[in-house]
Amino acid sequence: MSTLSEAILGAPAGRYVDREVDIAFAHDGTGVLAHEALREMGVKRLPHPDRLRLVFDHIVPANTGTTATLQAELREYARVSGIALSDAGGGICHQVMSEGVVRPGTILVGADSHSCTLGAFGAFATGVGATDMAAIWASGETWFRVPETIAVNLTGRLSGPAEPKDVALAYVADLGMEGATYRALEFTGDGAATISMDGRLTLSNMAVETGAKTGMFYADPVTVRYLADYGVTASSQVPEDCRYERTVEIDLDDIVPLVAVPHRVDTVREAEEVAGTHLDQVFVGTCTNGRYEDLARFARIVRGKKVAVRTLVFPASRAVLARAIATGVLADIVDAGCVVGSPGCGPCLGAHAGVLGEGEVCLSTANRNFKNRMGVGGEIYLSSVATAAASAITGVITVPEVA
Amino acid sequence: MQGAGPAICLGRDIDTDLIIAGRYLRTKDRSVWAEHVFEDLDPTLAGRIRGSVIVAGRNMGCGSSREQAVVALREAGVVAVVAESFARIFFRNAVNVGLPVVEASVACTDGSRVAFDLDSGWVEVDGMRYPARPLSEKMVAILRAGGLVPYWRSCR
Ligand code: SF4
Repeated sequence: MSTLSEAILGAPAGRYVDREVDIAFAHDGTGVLAHEALREMGVKRLPHPDRLRLVFDHIVPANTGTTATLQAELREYARVSGIALSDAGGGICHQVMSEGVVRPGTILVGADSHSCTLGAFGAFATGVGATDMAAIWASGETWFRVPETIAVNLTGRLSGPAEPKDVALAYVADLGMEGATYRALEFTGDGAATISMDGRLTLSNMAVETGAKTGMFYADPVTVRYLADYGVTASSQVPEDCRYERTVEIDLDDIVPLVAVPHRVDTVREAEEVAGTHLDQVFVGTCTNGRYEDLARFARIVRGKKVAVRTLVFPASRAVLARAIATGVLADIVDAGCVVGSPGCGPCLGAHAGVLGEGEVCLSTANRNFKNRMGVGGEIYLSSVATAAASAITGVITVPEVA
Repeated sequence: MQGAGPAICLGRDIDTDLIIAGRYLRTKDRSVWAEHVFEDLDPTLAGRIRGSVIVAGRNMGCGSSREQAVVALREAGVVAVVAESFARIFFRNAVNVGLPVVEASVACTDGSRVAFDLDSGWVEVDGMRYPARPLSEKMVAILRAGGLVPYWRSCR
């Protein structure tokens, strides 16, 4: 009787295994290093270019001549080696992979720590470093230690202004920043079925903030329907009776808007407790909360109003942006006075657009609030989209009202 | 595989942003990373880190998967990193770039003499021996080769 990780990796927890990977991707940052490692390794031909992806998302469009040159070299490498490239404006790697690339039951590795996001599809999806990625591209396989699993058992149903991001902050606070190191998380229970694919991606995305290798949902009718929209046929996965190292219980009915305060993701307060905190910037986007449902929820709250603080909205992908244009969501966001950026990571990593100044405070829908991440001396609070929207309108941290 | 050096003691949850800040990532020049290693934690560290063993608390190297963090430590001349536990990508990255990592819980102060043996799985601080979590054979082989790139070359 196996956990989902054990079933996909085909061995019991604790065992080291070598496995072929189904999809392996890098982005503009890690791709440069992987390419360099491949050169040093003397690798001329890649055995399975069809399984590889490059996604330019971290610093796009390029911010300096140096960045542009590095990206140009990588773009050329993608062309000659036959790797599919999603260029500037295509979107964040994890989001692009979620739009019909990843499939339940497969093994996916990304040269980015938030590759655990794709566990939302019932895939074994995890992050590796750039040299690891080079060896994977060169050989088609890598080693894994089959992880023990911690279950996050969801019961009940979200209500009021609470959203999946609040659930994510709740379990990160519960487990702590290292509570699941080397482990996999499995989101189980009746409550899981009530969460949309976009919401599951938000929950799986933050698994790495507890140190976990991946955060998985069993593929179910929600997954199957979502993938069908991308022309992908998939079937549900049936959970087996298995042994979890421990179980964290979360009753969705109890979830209220939460905020992670500087500078730790696991230092979480009820939004109520930090209400009134002055803000210099609100940022909506990233691989945590830059999806269509997020933009739509944000737009519903700001529609017909004006934001009181610099508010940056970066859609997670071109597909998200296109849909937001088609449905009028984008017009609402622009009319409210927000700055709309190109699809990609945007201000999340503090390398270009939307960097914070010394002492500036940002409320962000991202997944990390480490010291100096968005700019030296800046302070980052993390929240749901609804909290970000309510706060954008007032200019201070504000508890959202029932949606 | 053995090594030794004076300890530089750090706390827990040292994230990769603290090891090398995002603003230095857009280059392939590794000396830049060595020069700015730990800049946001303690700007004097980069100048006195060569030849030493970093001893950290739990969850060393958490945060983004940036491999530049382990490369910066290696280029700055760090002999090894000992920590109570590591973030898993940091751990994999360290092995892959040939930076010895030792998972052990030790008592230590700055300047203590730290020695380790990866094959036998122990670490010593000022002569006091502690057990270290064993690495898989493949990991030790990769470390001994000096990282995944030289290991790969030697296997072909
Ligand atoms: S959006 Fe932020 S957390 Fe997500 S991949 Fe980009 S930089 Fe990383």
